Order: sequence, then structure tokens, then C-alpha cells
Amino acid sequence: MRKRCLEVVYRLAKKNKDVVFVGSDLGVGALDELKKELPGQWLMEGISEQHIVGMAAGMAMSGKIVYFNTIATFMTRRCFEQNIVDLGMSKAKVRLLGSGGGLVYAPLGPTHLAFDDIAIMRAIPNMTIVAPADAEEMERAMLASELWDGPIYVRVAKGGDPVVSKTEHGFALGKAILHKQAGDVLLVTTGIMLNRALDAAKLLEAEGISCGILHVHTVKPFDAEALVAVARDAKAVVSLEEHTVLGGLGSAVAETLLEAGLERAPHFKRLGVPDCFPDEYGSQNSLLEKYGLNAAQIAASAKALLSRSEVKC
Amino acid sequence: MEIDYAKEGKEARQTIIEMVIAAQRGHVGSAFSLIEILLVLYKGGILKVDPKNPHWPERDRMILSKGHGCLALYPILCDLGFFPREELMLYCRPKGILGGHPEHLKVPGVEASTGALGHGLSIGIGMALAARMNGHKHRVFVILGDGECDEGSIWEGALHASKHALDSLTVLVDYNRQQSYSDVSEVLPLEPFAEKWRAFGFSVDEVDMDHPDRLHALLLKPVAGRPRVVICHTVKGKGVSFIERNLQWHHKAKLTELEIENIFNELEI
Repeated sequence: MRKRCLEVVYRLAKKNKDVVFVGSDLGVGALDELKKELPGQWLMEGISEQHIVGMAAGMAMSGKIVYFNTIATFMTRRCFEQNIVDLGMSKAKVRLLGSGGGLVYAPLGPTHLAFDDIAIMRAIPNMTIVAPADAEEMERAMLASELWDGPIYVRVAKGGDPVVSKTEHGFALGKAILHKQAGDVLLVTTGIMLNRALDAAKLLEAEGISCGILHVHTVKPFDAEALVAVARDAKAVVSLEEHTVLGGLGSAVAETLLEAGLERAPHFKRLGVPDCFPDEYGSQNSLLEKYGLNAAQIAASAKALLSRSEVKC
Repeated sequence: MEIDYAKEGKEARQTIIEMVIAAQRGHVGSAFSLIEILLVLYKGGILKVDPKNPHWPERDRMILSKGHGCLALYPILCDLGFFPREELMLYCRPKGILGGHPEHLKVPGVEASTGALGHGLSIGIGMALAARMNGHKHRVFVILGDGECDEGSIWEGALHASKHALDSLTVLVDYNRQQSYSDVSEVLPLEPFAEKWRAFGFSVDEVDMDHPDRLHALLLKPVAGRPRVVICHTVKGKGVSFIERNLQWHHKAKLTELEIENIFNELEI
């Protein structure tokens, strides 16, 4: 997904001379073709995130569209004030491409685990937050980013996630995609959780439980209208995120559903990382499993939630 | 351009006090410290700006990184015609555009929103780099406070300005040697200050701001191949005897009748 993300930056830069790429201290060869062909639009500026975000804002105030790539934790946590003041307050056209969003860097420990990035960025007015499901959706999001106003945080997952997004669904920043019409259960996803949700839906349907999926690639601005439209027919809604359950997708879903005041409000559960620092290494998959986010676990949680609803009835 | 700095300085200080009386807010000492620096830039003809066209792409940029000094900037921008005079007396009012820290999406002539310290240098570097990419020749000026140089991001920026040999960039440090709590030398010593900037690859000048024309002369001489810093030796609260070097006036904004009378007596032209 990161490879595709940077490929699109290259294509945008070739097309638009105002597109500038900035890396911090990326791996050797990062966007070498851009460096060779358009050296004036390529910068590698060192391990100085506070400076880079400010610099990117200054460039954006002079008409540039800046794509800044580094590890997600460093560009959200280290330079939070720059993100607020220099990007949010200024509505600067800076695109923060956060590598390793979620639990990707499991072996590296909590300093590198971006399990709070969405909550952090969501608190910033004018900030758009996008978490694509796969390389194809990343491409669509990146192409849309060129003309979008204000700053964008793009959560970049590792490479090789299965491609499950579909061209025919189209893509517009801020518009959630209904992958499957809601049934008794509605799974709400962002990022790579879409592929887990599709597998979980198959398991549920094998047991005769109808399951819809709403994929929220843009967590902010949140597509409340789309959620309310499908959630009103569901008995159980489960949000899935590779992120703390505080302040991310689950919070946005909860806030929206409660404020919607639905006549028959569905039961609701947030699946994600509880309020803790992940205390194991291992792999992205092993951590996802620890927090109940593999397909079987998701299906089981949905069933349990649904049974509460049936007891109530 | 011949400027009567003494007269202009007193007028700006009078306006600032009128604004503070109305709003009962503001950093008087910090603003009084840097008035002469701003007069040199804006009224001395150093900055190429057009108040009628504040977004002219090839204008020079001036970023007041020590945003809490904005009381000094507002009257000067107003004098040049960036916004109407009525705005000055709406300072810190709900519907006014002039806040306790300047916001560039609100105030014509303000290039960046500052107030959180340690941001302006990096923004200025971005503007200077963008200008180079666009083939523009304009200059970028960034005013830092000395206390602001406690921030690590300033020194990140200094490394980068030097890496890119940004000779269109001029950093002006308002070096009054005092910050909110106490003397800079007590809170976090900066000396040897000029040597630090030199070590970071800057061309370094120092100027006594009792003689603003010396800063003016310095800024007319270009520096090639590297960024420059001018360490401006200033006095916090300059212009009124009992405000000068008096740390109470970093935040003090509720003035007694007697203080007001004494201030205007000293600022009489």
C-alpha cells in the first residue's frame, strides 16, 4: 500500500509542478525516480518532524501541495502542535502519509505502534483523515487528494493486504462505501479492517445471519448520513478498527448513533485496542487476534451482540 | 527612506497603550521591545509589500514568530493600510480580527498564525524554499524572541536553513535578554548566542537597536550563499522608564490611571 501511495505521489508530481514530496529519513531509494527526474520536487529533510510540518505549511501557504511521508507515530505525536497550528488553523494543503498505521510495527513495540493516530488527528479542526483498505483504494484516495482543500492525514498500512475494495463503488473523500446492504448485523470498518469484515460476514451468513458492511475510508469528515441510513435497519452494529477504541472510528459511530436518536436503536460494540499500551510484540496478526479482530472473533462478537438484542425482544 | 524612529516609535507605543487600555490584554513589554525592528522593516522600505494586494505572490514575507509581540505589529500594518483603523480598538473583542496572537487567515498582512512559539522559522523556510522552486526572488524575514530560542524546533529549522543555503532568509532575534519569568541567563542561557548561529552555518550580525538605522543599513546589504541572522540588542519594555526591563510588564495589562498618565507623559512627542 505504501508503494502504491508513493507511486501516486510520483504521478501527481509529474503532472503538477506544485506537488512536492518530503521524506524524513526514509529507507534508501525512497522515490528515487522522482529525485532523479524532478529533483526540485523531492526533499529528504532528516529526523525533524516539527520542522518538516512547519516547513511544509510554509510551502503550502506559497501554493505548493506537500506530501510528507514518515512513520505514522512520529508525524502524529511528535509534532502535534505543528499539526494543529501550522496545518489545521492554516488549512494548509499538506498531506501527511503515515507509514505503519495501526499495529503494523508490532515487533517494534508501542513507540512505533500507531494505535492512537486517528484519535489524535481527529481532534484537529479542518483535518481530513483517510484510512484506505488496500492498495487500490489508496490509489483512489491519493488521486482525490490533489484537489481536496486543507490538510489530510493518510493512514498507510503495510504492503500486501488483499485487495477487497471495488472500482464500481467509486470513491469520494468523505463518502462512506456500503459494501453490503445491512441485515441483522452491520459491521463498520476503516482501513484494512474491511477485509476482516468481509471474512466475518461470510462466517455469519453461513450461520444464517445477514450482515452488512459500511466501509468508512474517510474517518473525518465522518459520513454520518450514510451510517444512520443503514444502521436504522440493523439490530447490532459493530465498529472495527486497528486502533484504540477511544476517539477513533468506534467513537465517531457511537456519537453519531446516539445523537441520531433512532427509534429502534441497535445494540452497539466497539472492537479495537482497549485503553492500554499493547504489551506483546509478535506480528500485526497476532496483536489483532489478541484484541479480538480476526474474522472468527469479529463474527463471534457480532453474534453475542445480536443475541443480546434477541433476548431484549 | 529617512525615518524619524523616535517619533514613529512613540506614536506606535501610544497606540499600543490605547489598545491595551481598551482590551486590558496584551504583552506590552514584548511589543515595546521590537517596535524599532518592525519600523525598519515596514517603514524603512526593506519589505516589498503591497497593502492593497496583500497576497501579491512576489511580496516579501515577514513572520512574527514571537506572536505575543503582535501589539507592535498591528499599528504598523494599520498605518500602511492593511486594515482600517477601527480594528485597532476592537483588539481582543469577539468580532475583531486582531487577537492576542496574530492569525494569518484573519489579518491582512500577517503571513502566519503564531503564538505557539518555535513555529515561525520553519514556516519561513518553507516559504523561502517554495519561492526558490517558483523562481521568485522575494525575501523572507522571521522575527524570533530570545526566549523562543529555548524551543528545539528553532534549531531544527536552523539546520535546515543552512542545508539549503537559504540566502533569501533573514532571521531577526529580538534579544532583550529577558523572558516571562526572569533573565534569559537564569531560565535557559543562550550564550554564546552568536557563536551558536555561526556554528549552524549562518552569517551573523549584531546590532544595537538604540540605532535602528544600523539595522536598516545591514539589511540593505545582501548575503550570498547562506542564511543570515541579525541579533538585535533590544530592551524589553523600551520607551517608558518604568516598563523597561520590568518583568511585571511581560503580562501586565490592567493599567492604573496614574500609570496611564505617566506613560503618556513619557511618550509625549
